[in-house]
Amino acid sequence: MRKALMAGVALAALLAAGGGTYAQDEKQGGSMIVTYKDDVSTLDPAIGYDWQNWSMIKSLFDGLMDYEPGTSTLTHDLAESHTISEDGLTYTFVLRKGVKFHNGREMTAEDVKYSLDRVTNPATQSPGAGFFGSIKGVDKMADGSATSLEGVTVVDPYTIKIELSRPDATFLHVMAINFSSIVPKEAVEEFGADFGKHPVGTGAFKLAEWTLGQRLVFARNQDYWKAGLPKLDQITFEVGQEPTVALLRLQNGEADIPGDGIPPAQFLQVREDPQFKDLIIEGGQLQTGYITLNVKTPPFDKVEVRRAVNMAINKERIVRVINGRALVANQPLPPSMPGYAPDYKGYAYDPEGAKALLAEAGLADGFTTELYVYNTDPNPRIAQAIQQDLAAIGITAEIKALAQANVIEAGGNGSAPMIWSGGMAWIADFPDPSNFYGPILGCAGAEEGGWNWAKYCNEELDAKATEADSIVDPARQAEREQMWRDIYLAVMEDAPWVPVFNEQRFTMRSERLGGPDAIFVDPVHVPVNYDYVFAKDVQ
Amino acid sequence: MTGYVIRRLGQAVLILFGISLVTFVLLYLVPADPARQIAGRSATAETVENIRNQLGLNLPFYEQYWRYLQALLRGDLGRSYLQKTEVSALIASRLPASLLLMAGAIACELAIGLAMGMLAAVRRGSFLDNSLMIAAFVGVSAPQFVIGILLLYVFAVQLGWFPIGGYGTFHHLVLPSLTLGLLGSGWYARMMRSSMLDVLRQDYIRTAHAKGLRGRKVLFRHALPNAILPIIAMIGIDIGMFMSGIVVVESVFGWPGIGQLAWQAIQRIDIPIIMGVTLVSACAIVLGNLLADLVAPLIDPRIKLR
Repeated sequence: MRKALMAGVALAALLAAGGGTYAQDEKQGGSMIVTYKDDVSTLDPAIGYDWQNWSMIKSLFDGLMDYEPGTSTLTHDLAESHTISEDGLTYTFVLRKGVKFHNGREMTAEDVKYSLDRVTNPATQSPGAGFFGSIKGVDKMADGSATSLEGVTVVDPYTIKIELSRPDATFLHVMAINFSSIVPKEAVEEFGADFGKHPVGTGAFKLAEWTLGQRLVFARNQDYWKAGLPKLDQITFEVGQEPTVALLRLQNGEADIPGDGIPPAQFLQVREDPQFKDLIIEGGQLQTGYITLNVKTPPFDKVEVRRAVNMAINKERIVRVINGRALVANQPLPPSMPGYAPDYKGYAYDPEGAKALLAEAGLADGFTTELYVYNTDPNPRIAQAIQQDLAAIGITAEIKALAQANVIEAGGNGSAPMIWSGGMAWIADFPDPSNFYGPILGCAGAEEGGWNWAKYCNEELDAKATEADSIVDPARQAEREQMWRDIYLAVMEDAPWVPVFNEQRFTMRSERLGGPDAIFVDPVHVPVNYDYVFAKDVQ
Repeated sequence: MTGYVIRRLGQAVLILFGISLVTFVLLYLVPADPARQIAGRSATAETVENIRNQLGLNLPFYEQYWRYLQALLRGDLGRSYLQKTEVSALIASRLPASLLLMAGAIACELAIGLAMGMLAAVRRGSFLDNSLMIAAFVGVSAPQFVIGILLLYVFAVQLGWFPIGGYGTFHHLVLPSLTLGLLGSGWYARMMRSSMLDVLRQDYIRTAHAKGLRGRKVLFRHALPNAILPIIAMIGIDIGMFMSGIVVVESVFGWPGIGQLAWQAIQRIDIPIIMGVTLVSACAIVLGNLLADLVAPLIDPRIKLR
């Protein structure tokens, strides 16, 4: 093992510098009420993959890695340090000592192994199983010939070694996603399929009460290993509340955070209300909204046509349609993602040029096609704007507004010529450029049922992506970033997508809550990093 | 009577069987794959196939249905695909809230509907009659999500008389009950009006007037009890109407009932929950209708149950 590759060094430095910014001397105590529209389906970290349970799970459980609060900077969590072998294939994590599960037992390397075995076991039916593809032995788990990952070894109670079958630059991010959370075997076995309703982790909060369909109460974990955290004694989540209603309750002082954000319809009204406008928090998110053009379906098999559509869309107008709650996009990656190309100009809005390109492709008279869209506001309105823009260059697009699952199905089986991705795709699972490629632009995702709805498959770029992801050396990250930048710009040459905008998040907090703005729109602990919110009334 | 009830219950079982079959067919035909919903967006084809196998979604239709039916006969509604919790537990935890809401709605629709109908009948042909009937018409036709949000805005936000959504106290119950009840009350108002007019034309009413009884006494002692009975018999049938209404009303008010559960399951194609809620609602409707039929002869002895 090469000492120079101790990625932990860089991280430790960041931790030392960044840790102090947040864990300040605000007093612990107090409580808050957070509302959500949809019920919480599960709090099992191997299963939960919804908006509302994502950061709840992060507060109940910990993984080996995490991010600095309010940022997308990796940091150690349950792991104290880690080393990477020279070939980039072996990761060794040294665990923090004395970390206790909510049931009082100490967390050890056995638990790490158990948790990774569990999430990759097909019987768990984890929607996150696909993230662990680089661990040695995952294929044997998937086909049922093994019940334990060959590549994960307990060295001693506080050391775990993970061997990969290929170098994977995203592996530390994978160790930070919810699916890698550490769970205690005895609790999982006790509750079986109901573990998701009886979560036991090492996190800052523990579940105190859950009235199905109504309310969840999290209580502070008195034994939490991070000193001074969490700030609040209690969080009450009230579910089943429409965002409009949630906002009214906040304004009435009955709730503290609308978990689903400020609904678009109320946005202008709240922003102009002198009483509330200062409580609004805006944040970027790792999201891009785009139109997919199915490259397997004529006439979108012609690159001229796809470029013409790129030039035909008036993105600024679409941003106005959603009251300016987004930034115009010109490439797949959102601006805060490493690998974003700030100097790239993209396809400028140019209907005349678009018409000329169509004529070049032999379609001077235009054509008729279908635009699939998820049927909740504001997506149908956005689809109408797209429809008008297309009509201006002679393309007649019929709008198919369907339930989410039906649009996803039509995208997966390739029957949709065009899809507006809003409300479905794509928010990054972790802050790394590769997460915007594999499933939605790579060849693997272009298979039947995959999320690459453009069915775009460029093998040359796939090879380059694999190459970029095998660069594990922290010293070569700039090089890796550049490779990804080139990949996305090459994608734009082929134009399988029209990147339209990067959505901004707008949320609110009541006057009595404190904490840096960034944790209320945390890019990773989505939507809110609960651990760092404090109550002003106990200070 | 006993024979009748047994026969009707037998029919009910057949109806429920039919409903389960139709719902199952419809869910089978939905152009979306539940296994993919479970597997998530980063799943490999292998993972999806694995889940499909585990859930038996790759089996032919009749075999899937047969499995479901067998479990159902054992009283097992299955486990939710996405929550992994037992469907019976999910429904049981939410049923009380829905029943409470329905009870509140029945109270509202009777109170409002009967009062409106009676007033309209007594002041027949007047401006009051016309405006009440127009109001009833609006009540029947207005979409419940509009009424719900309107009531919320006026009584909860502006006036602050009631909490904005939620569940727990009597105060929470008022606005959702009113929203759900308004639809029925328009209906009841019209029925009550015509029923009352019928009664007021009867000879015994004229006799009562002739005896020199005061108008109010005639109305409440002689006319009302007779006019009201046929309407009470309709409450059982209302339950079916409520079943569709609660999906909307529970969503608007954040009422933790089975309507909300169903709505969220439909969006995610969580088949076991959709099936479970459909069957429970169907049971309620069938029983409600049976109840209405059983009550009818008690009210009007001319009706015979055969």
